[in-house]
Amino acid sequence: MQVNEQFTPTIVAFCCNWCSYAGADLSGTNRLQYPANVKIIRVPCSCRVNPMFILRAFQRGADGVIICGCHPGDCHYTTGNYYARRRTTLLFSMLDYLGIERNRTRVEWVSAAEGAKFAATMNDFVAQITELGPNRRLEDLRCRK
Amino acid sequence: MENKTGMKEQILRMSGAAVQKCMRCGKCSGTCPSYDEMEYHPHEFVYMVEKGDVEKLLKSESVYKCLTCFACVERCPRGVEPAKVIEAVRLEAIREQGRNHLKPDQIPELLDEETPGQLLMMALRKYAK
Amino acid sequence: MQRIGVFVCHCGTNIAGTVDVKAVAEALGREPSVVTSVDYQYMCSESGQNLIKDAIRDYKLTGVVVCSCSPRMHENTFRKAAAAAGLNPYMVEIANIREQCSWIHKDVAEATEKAIILGRAAIAKVQLNAPLVAGESPVIKRALVIGGGIAGIQTALDIADAGFEVDIVEKQPTIGGKMTQLDKTFPTLDCAACILTPKMVECAQNELINIYSYSEVDAVSGFVGNFSVKIRKKARYVDETKCTGCGLCTEKCPQKKVPNEFNLGMDNRRAVYIPFAQAVPKVATIDADYCTMLKTGKCGVCSKVCTAGAINYKQTDEIVERQYGAIVVATGFNPIKVDKYDEYAYGQSKDVITSLEFERLTNAAGPTSGKLLRPSDGKHPHKIVFIQCVGSRCTPEKGKSYCSKICCMYTAKHAMLTREKYPDTEVYVFYIDVRTPGKNFDEFYRRATEEYGVHYIKGMVGKVSPKADGTLEVQASDLIMNEQLRIDADLVVLAAAIEPDKSARPLATMLTASMDTNDFFTEAHPKLRPVESPTAGIFLSGACQGPKDIPETVSQAGAAAAKVIGLLAKNKLTCNPCVAHSDELLCNGCSQCANVCPYGAITYIEKEFVMPDRSKKIRRVASVNPAVCQGCGACTVTCPSGAMDLHGFSNRQIMAEVDAICK
Repeated sequence: MQVNEQFTPTIVAFCCNWCSYAGADLSGTNRLQYPANVKIIRVPCSCRVNPMFILRAFQRGADGVIICGCHPGDCHYTTGNYYARRRTTLLFSMLDYLGIERNRTRVEWVSAAEGAKFAATMNDFVAQITELGPNRRLEDLRCRK
Repeated sequence: MENKTGMKEQILRMSGAAVQKCMRCGKCSGTCPSYDEMEYHPHEFVYMVEKGDVEKLLKSESVYKCLTCFACVERCPRGVEPAKVIEAVRLEAIREQGRNHLKPDQIPELLDEETPGQLLMMALRKYAK
Repeated sequence: MQRIGVFVCHCGTNIAGTVDVKAVAEALGREPSVVTSVDYQYMCSESGQNLIKDAIRDYKLTGVVVCSCSPRMHENTFRKAAAAAGLNPYMVEIANIREQCSWIHKDVAEATEKAIILGRAAIAKVQLNAPLVAGESPVIKRALVIGGGIAGIQTALDIADAGFEVDIVEKQPTIGGKMTQLDKTFPTLDCAACILTPKMVECAQNELINIYSYSEVDAVSGFVGNFSVKIRKKARYVDETKCTGCGLCTEKCPQKKVPNEFNLGMDNRRAVYIPFAQAVPKVATIDADYCTMLKTGKCGVCSKVCTAGAINYKQTDEIVERQYGAIVVATGFNPIKVDKYDEYAYGQSKDVITSLEFERLTNAAGPTSGKLLRPSDGKHPHKIVFIQCVGSRCTPEKGKSYCSKICCMYTAKHAMLTREKYPDTEVYVFYIDVRTPGKNFDEFYRRATEEYGVHYIKGMVGKVSPKADGTLEVQASDLIMNEQLRIDADLVVLAAAIEPDKSARPLATMLTASMDTNDFFTEAHPKLRPVESPTAGIFLSGACQGPKDIPETVSQAGAAAAKVIGLLAKNKLTCNPCVAHSDELLCNGCSQCANVCPYGAITYIEKEFVMPDRSKKIRRVASVNPAVCQGCGACTVTCPSGAMDLHGFSNRQIMAEVDAICK
């Protein structure tokens, strides 16, 4: 397998509007750096993240997907992140079975006050994905740029 | 002056202490049992190391007056660990002494019957290189 | 086919400093459906907004993408601008190229590339946007104030003053909070009770204010304008409507050994008690943990002496369910426990006390009737040492990381009052910094040293050792003199850090209001929306949001009340139109969506459908109440047939964003 030395992963981050998206904003306000590979999609709640979105991202060539939501118990909609937690637990183990390594997917709870945690998480996740190399297992070649 | 920052870095590395966290409350010196024996006190060690003003500390007797009882480490509200800073300055002072190391075979001549065995062990640990 | 306009903001140099905005505008201009793409200095300014409005008219735009700061900041601004130009406001999407791009990257090429991708994602999303019309929901014109301290009292009075009903829920038997325990207040030294009790009485007399004392909030449901709250009225075994507050029962009760929490356990009360003379409501409460009758069934003295027949041993907790348009949190603070700081010997000597205990010792209604006496032997102390910052400004392992804000001032007050009443007493204050920002605050502190001769010593106490002769040896550093001091003190007073009340955390969960790492409630914006929680309809008053003194608490309480009045004055609220909706042709009525909905917004209806063979069939399908749905989207993912979708965040829209990012 050919290893591209200049590999810069594409990472999709789903952030809930109330905690993690605000946390991401806070890390920006505090000028905490994290790599540009992370692109954030705003969703109302982590429970809005349909497994289809994650599969689609991997199909389209994303190398990692991270879902960020409010801490358990602090969900703006009371219970949304519990659903997200259950769904992703099942989905990620299925993805692992399909060959998308467990380390390519992550769920992290980031509150609106945790700008530093958001930046640290993203730095860590990007490093982790860079080490794993490109996702080839689920990527649809027809979608390649 | 180049040596100044170098020595500061060395002390910080050896101690692992975070002198920049100090908020100058003086609780370390308020709690120190050998305060009156010391020329420079625990809070001054922290402040002077932070400023890179290490030379004075190395020459001072205070380095050896610290009991390393860790009361200051225990009570510091900011987790600065002054005793570890002093310990590192002490190590640095010993390193600075450089060539005056004793050779192991010189040690027996210096002993008399009164010398406690523990001191002998300390001497070997310090000089036998 | 959409006609999309792209507007790239420089935000001065905030964005243009690291993102090549011209290149972004040019690249996005080449995207399909984009008919105009421009950059401008400040899009949120009047002229920037006019630029958008003009473009909407000139190019007949059907969609707008603004590449600027976070949508949390200016989404509404741009939506309003679009609406003013005749475009549906929900046809506007924001690409966040400031907080999530220019501010976190340093490399211009990298940041520009990312900004283009974020812009593309927003364009891809807006392609699939549909015009949305916001619904309306009614506002229940009553407010709930949780916590009956000075913050809650002031908020309630101000709301009632505007003509709205207010309920106060207070967990103690009386309202008043911490302020009732204080003796004098800084910087004017007026007596706390003299300024507080009239307000308490005003609350009781105001017809619009309803006090639930000895009660707690059990459950909260609903949303802004329409909360439903379950209040637990704890059994106090006294009929509030009959009790006259004569206090006869509290004198006759044979159980005399109950620690009096109002005096912080420094004296005892009876098992049936009224916390203090000016309590509101002035109603007795039986402490079930100590009452002999409730524990063993033998006694009944209070019942016998009560002429009003108010005692009822069979009373149980009662749940009241009430509806509110707005909720104000005013749960206040508590001093931290100081026993963990062994070096101060709080647990070892009775003569090491906290500042709140000192307040009680100097208060005329306190355990010593206002005479400053040592708790251990009842003698007058001649040397008092005050220690500042006990548990404040520490690492998280050692205590609280924040400054508790009020300690410098109340310690100056204690020192000053001690010197005034007992000039023969030496007073030492050990401080790290004296922090006195506030009107007349620094002057007050200066008076303590200049006029009253209080010894302020820059340094910290390392150890307090109780000695055999009953004095306390205080070992401390004096950083200015660079020496170590040993003072034989008679009394040591610790300025304990303050922390949010323990009830705040579970309450925040019930309200889905966010908290910071110290359990203080988070405000919607630290500067511009300081009394609102990020959760709509929840407001913050007093120390539950951060350490505050009385003047600051009262002004924040008034501000919270103003926000509540603004909300309650509306007859209808505009709902969020980004709600779920079901495609009835796909729905098979399985009920899974209703199971996950936290608001009960989904019901099932029987509806007649015309089948392909023109026969008619009645099917059970899901129906979403848009006024109740909050738009979390849990149902959209649960739905096995894909019938549920969310306006504004539809499956296709998010997929399009994913595609644009991964391309």
